[in-house]
Amino acid sequence: MFGLNKKDTSLLIIVGLLTLLAPFILNPFPEGSAMAQFNAGYPDLMQRFVIFGIFAIGFNILFGLTGYLSFGHAAFLGVGSYSAVWMFKLLSYNIIPAIALSVVVAGLFSLLIGFISLRRSGIYFSILTLAFAQMSFALAYSVLSNPKFNLTNGETGLQVYADDPQILQVANSPDLPHLFGLPMRATYTMDVGAWSFDFNAGYYLCAIIMMVVFYLSIRIFRSPFGMMLRAVKSNQQRMNYTGLNSKPYTLAAFVISGMYAGLAGGLMAAMDPLAGAERMQWTASGEVVLMTILGGTGTLIGPVLGAGFIKYFENIFSKINDNVLHSWFAFLPDGLEDAVVFVIHPFIGKGWHLTLGILFMLVVIYLPGGLVEGGQRLLNRIKRKKSKADDAKSGKTEPAE
Amino acid sequence: MAILKVKDVSKRFGGLKALTDVNLSVEENSVHAIIGPNGAGKSTLLNCLVGKLMPDTGAVLFDNASVLGLEPFQINQMGISRVFQTPEIFGELTVMENMLIPIFAMRDGAFRMHAYETIANEREIVEQAEAMLEEMNMADKREMHAASLSRGDKRRLEIGMCLSQNPRLLLLDEPTAGMARADTNNTIDLLKQIKDERDITIAIIEHDMHVVFSLAERITVLAQGTPLVEDTPENIRGNPKVREAYLGEAA
Repeated sequence: MFGLNKKDTSLLIIVGLLTLLAPFILNPFPEGSAMAQFNAGYPDLMQRFVIFGIFAIGFNILFGLTGYLSFGHAAFLGVGSYSAVWMFKLLSYNIIPAIALSVVVAGLFSLLIGFISLRRSGIYFSILTLAFAQMSFALAYSVLSNPKFNLTNGETGLQVYADDPQILQVANSPDLPHLFGLPMRATYTMDVGAWSFDFNAGYYLCAIIMMVVFYLSIRIFRSPFGMMLRAVKSNQQRMNYTGLNSKPYTLAAFVISGMYAGLAGGLMAAMDPLAGAERMQWTASGEVVLMTILGGTGTLIGPVLGAGFIKYFENIFSKINDNVLHSWFAFLPDGLEDAVVFVIHPFIGKGWHLTLGILFMLVVIYLPGGLVEGGQRLLNRIKRKKSKADDAKSGKTEPAE
Repeated sequence: MAILKVKDVSKRFGGLKALTDVNLSVEENSVHAIIGPNGAGKSTLLNCLVGKLMPDTGAVLFDNASVLGLEPFQINQMGISRVFQTPEIFGELTVMENMLIPIFAMRDGAFRMHAYETIANEREIVEQAEAMLEEMNMADKREMHAASLSRGDKRRLEIGMCLSQNPRLLLLDEPTAGMARADTNNTIDLLKQIKDERDITIAIIEHDMHVVFSLAERITVLAQGTPLVEDTPENIRGNPKVREAYLGEAA
C-alpha cells in the first residue's frame, strides 16, 4: 500500500492507530485515582509527544542514515518557531502560512549552515553545528533584539500584540492560532465513568502531520537516495571511487532534517503562539540526539519512541514529589517509610534528569540499538518460547516407535 | 592506442622525491603491470591517476583528456574504476545493495535526489545487479551484510562492483595482498576471465610475481620513483637491471 512493502505498511498502520487513539491509550487510569498522575493524555503533553516525534524523525534522517551527528538542530526548530510567530503577527492567526514559512525558512537556514558545516566530517562537523546553533541562540537572545531592529524580542520571547498588523485577520475569526476558524485549543472532553478523555484539535493536526512526515521518512529510507545516504555512513571512500559525490547527498539529508525541525518549531508556535530563544539552546539540540539514540538510531520508529519516552519522563516524573511518595509508602512503618522516601527522593521531581540519565546509560550499554532493539529481543524471546511450545506439542502427537 | 598516458609526472613529499619524471603509457585492452620494490612509488603513482594526489608537475591523460585536478568521482565517471588493496565495500549494506549502488551511479551520475522512488521499482537496475552477482557467483549471498563476507568474497564483490559500471580502465592495487594461496589463485582466474570476456584495460600494481607473470602482457618496473624498464614479461624475467633493483634492495 502507498508504495510500501507489507512490513512498512503495517508499521505505518500501527503508528497511525496509536496516534489516533492516543487520548485513550495515554489515559489508562481513572480521574482522581492514585495513579492518575501517570496519565499523559492531556492536550499539551500529547502535542509535545508528536511535535518532538517529528523533530526526531527528521534528525534521524541525517544522523541515522548518514551518521553525521549534528549538535545544532535546535537552531532550525527555533527559526521555525520565530517564522511562524512572525506570520501570526503580520498576516493572521491562520496556521497554514505560518507552518509553510517555518519549513521554508528552516530549509534555507539549514542549507547555509549545512553548506559550511559539511566541509568537515566526524567530530569537527558536530562542533561546527554546535557553534552555529550557539551563535543563532546568541543572535536570537540579544543581537537581533534591539530597539532599532527587533526580530526576536530577546528574553521576553516573540509574541503577538494587539497592535500588530495582522493584515489578513478576519473580523470574527478566533484570536488564537486556528485552522480556517478551528481553534487549535478546541478540546472535546469525553467522560466515560470515572475516566475522562481529551480530544484536542491541535493534537490531531500535529498527529496527522506526523503521520504524513513519518510516511515520507519511510519512503526516504527505502529509496535509492536513502541507500546512498547509508552508503555515506558506511564507506565514503568507496562512494567517491564509485562515481558518487557524497557532499550533495549529505547536504540534502541535512536540509531535509532541518526542514523537519522547522516544521516541528512551526507546530510548536501554532499550538502556543510564542517563540523564545531558549528553544535554540544547545541543551535542546542535545535532547533530540538523546531521543534518537534512546529510541534506536537508524530505525524508523525509534526516534518517535525516544521522543515520547523523554517527554513522558520530563512531564510525569518531574511531578512526583515527596508527598506523593509518602502516600505510596504509607503502608510501611514510619522509620522505614522515611528511609525509602529519602533514597528515592533524588530521582524524582527536579531529579528526573538523574533517572533519565541512568536509563539512558542502561539502554546505551545493554541495548545499543535502543528501545527498538529491546522490543525486537522481547518479540524474539516470545516467538522462541512459542515455537518451543509448538515443538513440544507436535512431539507429543507423533507416535513413538 | 594508449588509453592512459602519464607524462613527466613528479611528486615530492617534503624532502622525499616519491616520483621523478615518470612516463608511462597503457595500451587499450592490455593488461599492464607496475611492479617495483617497496617504496618505489607504486602507490603514489596510482593515487595520482585517480585524483587522490595531485602531482607537482606533469600530465595524466585518460583517453586524451586530462584527469589532473578532478575529484575521484569525476574520474570514475570518465570510466576508471579502482580496486583497493584492502577491499573497500559498503560493509553495513547487503551484498545486493553494494552491487546496486555502482549501477545507480552509472545511470544517475554523481548525485540524484531520488528520494521518493522505490528500489524494487527500478527493474532494469535490479536485473543488472542480479546478473552481476550471478557472474561473480555470489547470488546466494545477496542478503548477507558485506562486512560478514570472507576476504576472498569481499574482493570478488569489489571487483564485481567495479565491473558493473563497465569501466574502460580497471586499476588494481595489490589485489591479492594478504590472501591465502587458494584465494590468490581464484582472483587470478577471475581476472583472466575478465580479460578474456570484456573489452577492458587492466592496470595492476602488484608485489606477488606469481600474479604478475600469470596476468601481465606488459610490465613496467619502478625503482626509486622512476621507471626502470618497460617490457614484456619474458624480457623482464631475464633483465639484469630488474634483478639488481630487487636484489640490491635485499642486500
